[in-house]
Amino acid sequence: MTRFLAWTAFLLGVLYFILPLIGMTEFSLKMRRGEYSFDAYRAVFGDPRFWETFSYSLTLAAATIVFGVLLVVPTAYWVRLKLPQARPIIEFITLLPLVIPAIVIVFGYIRLYNTSSILPLTGSALGTDILLTMGYATLALPYMYRAVDTGLRTIDVATLTEAAQSLGAGWFTILARIILPNVLVAVLSGAFLTLAIVIGEFTMAALLNRPAFGPFMQLLGANRAYEPPALAVIAFAITWGCMGLIQLVTRFSKHERAKV
Amino acid sequence: MAFLELSNLEKVFGTNRVVTDFTMGIEKGEFVSLLGPSGCGKTTVLRMVAGFETPTSGAIRIDGQDVTGQRTNQRAIGMMFQAYALFPNMTVADNVGFGLKVKGVPREERKDRVAEMLRLIGLPDLGSRFPFQLSGGQQQRVALARALAPRPRVLLLDEPLSALDAKVRVSLRNEIRDIQRELGITAIFVTHDQEEAMSISDRIVVMNGGIAEQVGAPFEIYNNPRTRFVAGFVGTLNMLSATVEDPAERMLTLAGQRVVLARGEIATPRGETVTLALRPEAIHLGRAEGCEVALPATVEEVHFLGSVIRIRARVAGTVVALDTFNRPDQPPPPPGSAAEISFAARDVILLAD
Amino acid sequence: MSKFQLRRPAKRRLPLEWLGILPFVAFAMLFLVLPTMKIVVGAFQTSDGGFTLQNLIDLNTASIRSAYWTSIKLSLITALLGCAVGFAMASAVVFGGLPKRVRSPLLTFSGVASNFAGVPLAFAFIATIGPAGLITLELRDLGINLRAYGFNLLSFWGLVVTYLFFQIPLMILIIIPALDGLKREWREAADVLGATSLQYWRMVALPILFPSLLGTFALLFANAFGAVATAFALTGPQLNIVPIKLFAQIRGDVLGNPNLGYALAFGMIVITGLANVTYIVLRTRSERWLK
Repeated sequence: MTRFLAWTAFLLGVLYFILPLIGMTEFSLKMRRGEYSFDAYRAVFGDPRFWETFSYSLTLAAATIVFGVLLVVPTAYWVRLKLPQARPIIEFITLLPLVIPAIVIVFGYIRLYNTSSILPLTGSALGTDILLTMGYATLALPYMYRAVDTGLRTIDVATLTEAAQSLGAGWFTILARIILPNVLVAVLSGAFLTLAIVIGEFTMAALLNRPAFGPFMQLLGANRAYEPPALAVIAFAITWGCMGLIQLVTRFSKHERAKV
Repeated sequence: MAFLELSNLEKVFGTNRVVTDFTMGIEKGEFVSLLGPSGCGKTTVLRMVAGFETPTSGAIRIDGQDVTGQRTNQRAIGMMFQAYALFPNMTVADNVGFGLKVKGVPREERKDRVAEMLRLIGLPDLGSRFPFQLSGGQQQRVALARALAPRPRVLLLDEPLSALDAKVRVSLRNEIRDIQRELGITAIFVTHDQEEAMSISDRIVVMNGGIAEQVGAPFEIYNNPRTRFVAGFVGTLNMLSATVEDPAERMLTLAGQRVVLARGEIATPRGETVTLALRPEAIHLGRAEGCEVALPATVEEVHFLGSVIRIRARVAGTVVALDTFNRPDQPPPPPGSAAEISFAARDVILLAD
Repeated sequence: MSKFQLRRPAKRRLPLEWLGILPFVAFAMLFLVLPTMKIVVGAFQTSDGGFTLQNLIDLNTASIRSAYWTSIKLSLITALLGCAVGFAMASAVVFGGLPKRVRSPLLTFSGVASNFAGVPLAFAFIATIGPAGLITLELRDLGINLRAYGFNLLSFWGLVVTYLFFQIPLMILIIIPALDGLKREWREAADVLGATSLQYWRMVALPILFPSLLGTFALLFANAFGAVATAFALTGPQLNIVPIKLFAQIRGDVLGNPNLGYALAFGMIVITGLANVTYIVLRTRSERWLK
């Protein structure tokens, strides 16, 4: 009885999740009348704007990851080592982006950093790119911080630091040569998750008026019929790839540990 | 008929036979230990009595009633787990009262019974605490109170002491035994610790590979182990090979010396080899009074343990361990020195393999 | 409280250690706290900077009221359904005797699906149950016209069905570790003590899971409440929910009053904030037994 109910619940769920995936795949292949073809994908890949916006988003994702790692790893390390009393505050801050909607945050950016403010970031393309990167870093903050902090929990930060210090290492060496390699798996997991979040992000990019992949997809969706599902298949593949990479690095690290 | 009757219990998981033909009767108020290494089937027997596992064949009867097919929550038994298993979301009092609450016992009556149970385990003032606020020993005592509160017919104890540290383990096992005696409840205790089993049980079942190798009182199991496994698992044992001279007279030769055993049946024909076993405390250094057998030996190691000195000596090609009491006027022999050991023929245990 | 009163100022040292988190605090200030404060303050300001409650009062129009109501309803329903379905699937895998092989793929898929939100998700559903979608056409061939039954993807319920695609996996991701945390011994202890399966769930398992369930519910609520991209790609600017209204307002001041935009955004913060405060209060009350 339990088993029957379990199977029913599970299979119904699977059905719900698989149908849209089949739907979008099937639709994306229907561009040519009467037969299946990859015409929609050809059209998408032939569109220069696809490559422009995609590489723009990819660049921004890379910038976000680099900035996020540089911000989060030293902070999480320092809090664990020297400022355990700051933990609740830091954790509260890192959870805020899950509570405050992205649209509200970006609205604040637009009003705070407009051309007539002290820090007129929205005045130039570069400034807006920086602002967007900061916005993405904010969105990714909860995941990045959680991942790194969990990684740090599994190693003995205090002992490693003291050992490194007793051997004459400075703070930079400790962070770059001791701490970072030890939490590399966590950092990489956070990085791929950030990539998955940033690559198709729509709201912030659209409101800051930047030529990112998300707004491009939306625009195409409003004007075309067969290319959007093709884009959805591509986006799904990218997300799956990011999650797969996370699993891969986690599994790889387990093997490494097992060997030792 | 015994109060708790286990008849021909068998349990097979896939192709793996975990328990084979387990039969035993346990009297009311008896404290029985299932002793054996991990994987010997002792926990499976207990879980079958609890109803967590259904026997592949065989029957379980409690007080004359067949419970083999009965659901766990109908069996009216109590159980203590290795990891305490207190409900973390409830106070100590709510934990103890849980079994009464699900039975629909009215609040006032429940409260009295909970207070009585908390007094019994010596924690009358901790009713409003949560489990995480208690030490391991306290948690396990609460678990005992919780198991006893609904007045179960049988108390099952699944290695309840192994998560505790050494000191608490000893004091709590005595406490469990005292409470069990006071209430006169029938108890089955699963453990892999032979000392634990010996110290608190009325009877011990030594299990190996799903089979009950020997059932008996601790004194009996220790002094008359029937098989090599039981002898080896319960306490330390020295094994010596001897050749049969005359089976009817129980006469053997051991390292050139004639030994006449005081007990045991020799089923082995003349000229064959049998295994003799000796407890370390039965072997003496030097020729002791009343010891008919004396053998030359070489001292190999000396371990000073305080009141006892354990010596390892090489005798007739094998190394034996022997214990002597510490006496200030008698320093132990240095390693490498030659010595003589002796033992009495009545202390020799004949193993039936 | 007394701890703070007892602290002697003489003991205070130069807080050099706090300098270590200065970059983080600066970042959080500049790109999280101050922008949010700007919205909050702006909601109480007139266009020339004076204090006013007029912006908040002006929110009380039929259109904005209905937008908030639709948004709250949407978030509540998708969070509830997401929790319920996610819980059912997770417990099917953890307790239902499903083969162990399905567990890892389910977790991986949930990781993917919970991040597969936004524009592409909308495309996938349009291709499936949109006017020309796969299922719509298949059903039409069978003589069932979804439209005739009142279903329209570009409506409230269409949005609910679409949002569940990321809500359910998020629930699964969070609740499976929590279900794993339920020890087998608790179940067995309850069983031995005579409890039925229902009593075990009501008195032991659900109270233990309650904080996780509640937290996930709050998260799912905020997740749906702030979502723009999925709804926008699905229905365009016309659907009357708060985030879409705010999106349009930021782009082109459709409300005709810049400070009304602040008030609209402020309202969003208040609602997701309230959801989380409720969560925290209930959690502290239900979690007395946690360290």
